[in-house]
Amino acid sequence: MAKKTVNIALVGNPNTGKTSLFNALTGLKQKVGNYPGITVSKKEGFAKITAGLEANIIDLPGTYSLNPSSIDETIVLNYLLDKKNKPDIVLVVAEVEHLKRNLLLFTQIKDLGYPAILVINMADQLDRKGISIDIEALKKQLDSEVVLVSARKNKGIDQLKQVLANHKMLPSQALIKGEAIDKDLFETLEKIVPNQPLYISWLALTHPEVSLLSAEGQKKLNDLALSKNKIKQLQNRETIVRYQVINTILKGIYIKDYMKGSGLRSKLDRILTHQFWGYVIFFLILVTIFQSVFAWASIPMDYIDGLFSDIVHLLEQKLPAGKLTDLITQGIVPGIGGVLIFVPQIAILFFFIALLEETGYMSRAVFLMDKVMRKFGMSGKSVVPLVAGTACAVPAIMATRTISNWRDRLITILVTPFTTCSARLPVYAIIIALVIPDKTVGIFNLQGLVLMILYLLGFFMALLSGYILTWFLKQQNKTFFIIEMPSYKIPSFRNIFIRIVEKTKAFVFGAGKIIFTISIILWFLASYGFYTKQDVSNYEETLLEKKRSPKALDAAVANYKLEHSYIGTAGKLIEPLTKPLGYDWKIGVGLISSFAAREVFVGTMATLYSVGGQDDEGTIKERMAAETNTETGKPLYNLPVGMSLLIFYAFAMQCLSTLAIVKKETNSWKWPLIQLFGMSGFAYLMAFITYHIFS
Amino acid sequence: MTIADLNVGDIAQVVACKATEIPLKLMEMGCLPEQKIKILQLAVANGPIYLEVNGSFIAIRKETASQIQVKYLKQGANG
Repeated sequence: MAKKTVNIALVGNPNTGKTSLFNALTGLKQKVGNYPGITVSKKEGFAKITAGLEANIIDLPGTYSLNPSSIDETIVLNYLLDKKNKPDIVLVVAEVEHLKRNLLLFTQIKDLGYPAILVINMADQLDRKGISIDIEALKKQLDSEVVLVSARKNKGIDQLKQVLANHKMLPSQALIKGEAIDKDLFETLEKIVPNQPLYISWLALTHPEVSLLSAEGQKKLNDLALSKNKIKQLQNRETIVRYQVINTILKGIYIKDYMKGSGLRSKLDRILTHQFWGYVIFFLILVTIFQSVFAWASIPMDYIDGLFSDIVHLLEQKLPAGKLTDLITQGIVPGIGGVLIFVPQIAILFFFIALLEETGYMSRAVFLMDKVMRKFGMSGKSVVPLVAGTACAVPAIMATRTISNWRDRLITILVTPFTTCSARLPVYAIIIALVIPDKTVGIFNLQGLVLMILYLLGFFMALLSGYILTWFLKQQNKTFFIIEMPSYKIPSFRNIFIRIVEKTKAFVFGAGKIIFTISIILWFLASYGFYTKQDVSNYEETLLEKKRSPKALDAAVANYKLEHSYIGTAGKLIEPLTKPLGYDWKIGVGLISSFAAREVFVGTMATLYSVGGQDDEGTIKERMAAETNTETGKPLYNLPVGMSLLIFYAFAMQCLSTLAIVKKETNSWKWPLIQLFGMSGFAYLMAFITYHIFS
Repeated sequence: MTIADLNVGDIAQVVACKATEIPLKLMEMGCLPEQKIKILQLAVANGPIYLEVNGSFIAIRKETASQIQVKYLKQGANG
């Protein structure tokens, strides 16, 4: 028998465990792509239903209804109404405790004419929450299949698959008649757009911004000329009617004992949302996260660093000397290492962020921080991007999509790159290790303290620039802020694990590509330049007259080549700009290349010092420590230079991937350019001041 | 009286919402006339209000809360 494939769309309210169900059905057979034209990630997975039936499952963003108020929610509407790629079946995920509210979306999906299955998740909580549901009666009332599952425990998945196997039998009748909302209007709709579910025409009427009908049909609808207020009243009416129908359906079918089940929530909320202790706990959580990231990640990072320098060493011995070997040992291998070294930090940060979201804590943080964030032109929901920004600004900026107000969202996007992302960490780590003494001040390690200050400086700058931006960007629409406070849950480690894998993969293959490519280009630019063989041998002759040791001679020649390479020439060209900050031309080269991505700095230094280096052994740090200032003969990386570099990297906008994502999310070059020049100009100024304070 | 006038632990009943002034989403989450609401927590400095309505647990800002007329029912036992 030939295999058949059905397309299944997963929809549901946020916090219903939709992703858990998706993970339970597909395991790791998932891929993350993009919806055409927008950067919202599209999660697809593959599941085997029966021997002869396979399913392609699309996990749509969480939404409370088909009346969208954010970009994520608009995707659901567009996807379900796209005539070309209609899913065969829609799974509507609900959960036991909020079934009534979840049914609002379910009735809307039914009214679109889809064969819909109601999947009631968290069935293992029924007893504990004092809830009983008469499933058979509910099936009858909803004229649909209903399946009880507990996705996190893999229970009920088989029954769901059985229902999916018989998907041809699923009814697809609308549940709610339009007359109850507005009789005349719905009769008119029937006449204007016959032969299609009335609810689709209704959505086309109320959401003229999304094109759902043919141009002709849409024009006829527009001729009805309903005012915005009228539409809003009708939508309210629709909501009330739907709740009336749902209440009638659930009468006697869904029984909840209100004495049971809310104990844990109120106990935890009393502390976690407390007017004083809530903030103390939030602050402690943040400190714990950043401390752990630094403490836990340093071990695997040192290991990766050491491993790659061993590989380079080994390859240099085994491979025949030549340009190709140089490309591998000085360009490609350090390039891969430069990408992989971030994996521990990104994985650990996303572990914590996933943990906070999985347990339900993140919404409490949003609740606590809303008032504070509003002062800085943002909303409580900006907390998530700002915390995620400490891993990487790219996913953080994508996480701003839940902010429905455009101005708040724009400000959040603009200031997020100030938060200390993991790409800054290797730069900070290496410079701190070079210039800050490893000693204890009070109870703090001085190096750790400087790092902590840099983190706080990032947040401080994000808030400060948010505040400044409120002078220029005025609120245009009314801002609405509603956030659901989900119940507390024990996190599912499968969900967390899948999330970590997904984010890490996205980093390695997304930003990683840029870093890797640049490493190779840099090697090329450092290995070739504006000099001929003749120039080099002429230079060698001048040296020979001075009677140096062979080793010093080699080093001098290598330095000569580097200085006259393409990149060395560029570094020298901008030296008038970098000198006031205390940098030599090599650091200048590092700065230029960092505009592709900050972490490239470390890789560039590695490339520069291995191309021009005196010996091939030792880590990057050792090579940098050995570097001397040609004018003073003292170590180049002293306190003023180090502090000035730290400040520059803290403030400058040096990340191509971030600029690209800002362009996509704001749909304009204006904002990324403002970030690039605004942040970097400010960074230059502050680095200049810092250098002179410490000199 | 509106939701914005209530204290932690208070229980009230929604009388009317100004349809044009509150987001549709709030109604979709169950905040409808005749429903009972209970105030669970207030954030500092006139921050958001955390409440339960119609089985949903949500937080809204004071400006939105002040658009929802309620009838005071009783003072709950401290949350």
